[in-house]
Amino acid sequence: MHILEANGINAYYGTNHVLKNINLQIKPHTITAFIGPSGCGKSTFLRMFNRMNDYIDGFRKEGEIIIEGNEIYNKQVRVEDLRKQVGMVFQKPNPFPKTIFENVVYGLTIRGEKDKKKLNEIAERSLRQAVLWDEVKDSLKKSALALSGGQQQRLCIARALAVEPSIILMDEPASSLDPISTAKIEELILQLKEKYSIVIVTHNMQQAGRISDNTAFFYMGELIEYDETSIIFTSPKHDKTQSYVTGRFG
Amino acid sequence: MSNATRINRIKDRAFKYIGLFCTLFGIIVLAIFLIDILIKGIGRIDWAFLSSLPSRIPERAGILTAFVGTIWILILTAIIAIPIGISAGIYLEEYGKKSRMANLLEINISNLAGIPSIIYGLLGLEIFVRIMHLGNSLIAGALTLSLLILPIIIVATREAIKTVPKSIKEASFGMGATKWQTIRQITLPAAAGGILTGIILAISRAIGETAPLIVIGALAYVPFTPESPMDEFSVLPMQIFNWISRPQKGFAINAAAAIIILLAITFVMNGIAVYLRNRWQKKIRW
Repeated sequence: MHILEANGINAYYGTNHVLKNINLQIKPHTITAFIGPSGCGKSTFLRMFNRMNDYIDGFRKEGEIIIEGNEIYNKQVRVEDLRKQVGMVFQKPNPFPKTIFENVVYGLTIRGEKDKKKLNEIAERSLRQAVLWDEVKDSLKKSALALSGGQQQRLCIARALAVEPSIILMDEPASSLDPISTAKIEELILQLKEKYSIVIVTHNMQQAGRISDNTAFFYMGELIEYDETSIIFTSPKHDKTQSYVTGRFG
Repeated sequence: MSNATRINRIKDRAFKYIGLFCTLFGIIVLAIFLIDILIKGIGRIDWAFLSSLPSRIPERAGILTAFVGTIWILILTAIIAIPIGISAGIYLEEYGKKSRMANLLEINISNLAGIPSIIYGLLGLEIFVRIMHLGNSLIAGALTLSLLILPIIIVATREAIKTVPKSIKEASFGMGATKWQTIRQITLPAAAGGILTGIILAISRAIGETAPLIVIGALAYVPFTPESPMDEFSVLPMQIFNWISRPQKGFAINAAAAIIILLAITFVMNGIAVYLRNRWQKKIRW
């Protein structure tokens, strides 16, 4: 059983054909890495899973994406509900200019949750899951912007966890962080696998190799190869994959 | 040292002093004016001056009606112009970006900011005073001044919204917030400092305006303080204008004193604007 299924996806920015007939399935409780050179379409593809491309002028798509049995581009689907089911962590940490607490429970307060006790519980649970609780438990009322970059990114992960999504999309979540913060984020992602399905876009080959179960290699808008990470990195079937993972281009 | 080098040095030094003179020119003229006004008028300001009704005798005349009128105008104009201006700014920046209609609106709003205020007075006279039968009342004056400052508030709102990074709006959408929730919870609070500054500067401009109010028929002599938005009114600039045009020397002193009060109100409002801007900038550093 797949948690996510993409069938015959084509995508365009105006006349620019950025994704070409892509088919891909993702199993629950796995980490899937999308790799490939810049401009290969991997981020565009990732952002289709929670319809973040809806706001981009001239974006158009063909094909269907089925998440937990529902076609997400169906007219009956409310995009606000879809994004509760499919959370997202961005490339640059982007906490709101609010307190740490308000950041974590944002997804609940916009859905009308007012119960103070429940919000407190969820904030603590989410921050613990994001391994940030011990660092911020005494400063929940302080501005999130005062945190370090790595802490901010973990806060953004906690914020995504608070609404209990089933899938978390991560668009190069560690690319703006130092090596120590990156290691913490990777460790965190591995822990999250038990409860969530994670799709991560990364430019860092070692990172993909360290944390993912499956890896998809994109090149010029096409899905060249999709297999278990160990196979992609040791015995890929395509020459292009081989050249890319060994660093000969990209 | 060659001749050319010497000439260049002289030019360099000369420009420094010319630049200094240009910088000081405006400030010095303003300072001379302020000192002159202060010398003439400061002795006239006392409680009686603030709390007396207008009078034919300069020593008995006070600014109470004009002062209360200015406060009324300030509050009414704020109530009318702030919600409309902010909403229009949000619409143009967040919703109507792509349509041709929005482009047309945008050009028109920039043009509106450049229209001389007396033209707004004529517009107010026709629409509010005559067609809507509001007469030369406070509400007609406030509506006219609202028109005058709306473009300023709209432009300030848009500029402030533009400074909010796209990444945090995306974060909000990514959490499943609607467009309005994102505007309400994220964009507006982050842009509040800039919007507030624009509003205060716009309103302090409104309370200094005279021309449009003369056109719609604000009175220089009002025997009683206005008690409702439908009452006739005067404002400080009108009172000053009226006193200045009288022959008796005592009224010139009154005018100087009233100018001090008007300037004090404007300076306080500008001070608040600067304070708020600094405070917000400190609070939000991206």
